[in-house]
Amino acid sequence: MLKSKTGMEDGFLSSVGAGDSTMLEPPTKITALVVDDDTINQMIHHRLLDNLGIRNQVVRNGKEAIDVHCSGKNFDLILMDMEMPVMNGIEATRQLRAMGIRSMIAGVSTNTRERENFMKAGLDDYQEKPLTTSKLVSILHKVHKDG
Amino acid sequence: MDVMTQLQRQWREHTAYLRKEGYLDDQFEQLQKLQDENSPDFVAEVVSIFFDDSEKLLNNMAGALEQKVVDFKQVDAHVHQFKGSSASIGAMRVKNLCIEFRNHCEAQSLEECVRCLRKLRYEYSLLKNQLEYLFKLEQQIRAAVV
Repeated sequence: MLKSKTGMEDGFLSSVGAGDSTMLEPPTKITALVVDDDTINQMIHHRLLDNLGIRNQVVRNGKEAIDVHCSGKNFDLILMDMEMPVMNGIEATRQLRAMGIRSMIAGVSTNTRERENFMKAGLDDYQEKPLTTSKLVSILHKVHKDG
Repeated sequence: MDVMTQLQRQWREHTAYLRKEGYLDDQFEQLQKLQDENSPDFVAEVVSIFFDDSEKLLNNMAGALEQKVVDFKQVDAHVHQFKGSSASIGAMRVKNLCIEFRNHCEAQSLEECVRCLRKLRYEYSLLKNQLEYLFKLEQQIRAAVV
């Protein structure tokens, strides 16, 4: 919502209101990793997660995702894009699973042709881009369940 | 009607117009929902990156189509990226043109590709003007409250 300098909320700019983020109790202890080569998607996914109170980190490709895990970091949720340079999402997912990473990995893509291969690589969920708050909430419901 | 109310009405009407004409779809509204007092410029920032990326991609497409031997896979790669970024911000008309463009790339039809690129540049510049107007209104609204 855009707040005016006097502190009054500009109702008209808050359009449909804060409905979505109240659907799920913000799980403030959940951490996430965004893996995407596109700056716009990085910004949007980062913000979506921030808004839901989820601490998150952003990397640009599959290799960086592997590296961050090798440095000892772990995440509850990984949002994995498919088409990326250096190492794509399918290969990165395969490697992470081979490393024993049990985090929830949600594939986020527009490439329906490769969906099956992507799932087979070890995804727990798959969502079509662009990601929205409600798609993210549906992914998070699964994280909570396996908790 | 005071200035503020008038500006707000203009903003509302312009947003509705952009949705009705298909310039923007639901995804743009998603972006607006992500904007709040902690990130008051979120939408403008994302759109600014979109403008930079778009101009680069459009030039890349033009360059690829001017080659003696056109690499349609390369052209398609640029269009695919443009399709992705336009979908991410809710730029529906641009996105749909990208889908059409990709069909021409697959068919390896140079003439159709060139025609499509022209349409795409035009559509993109229309969108840019519309969004810049919207952001200007927002600036005026913020200034009017001082």
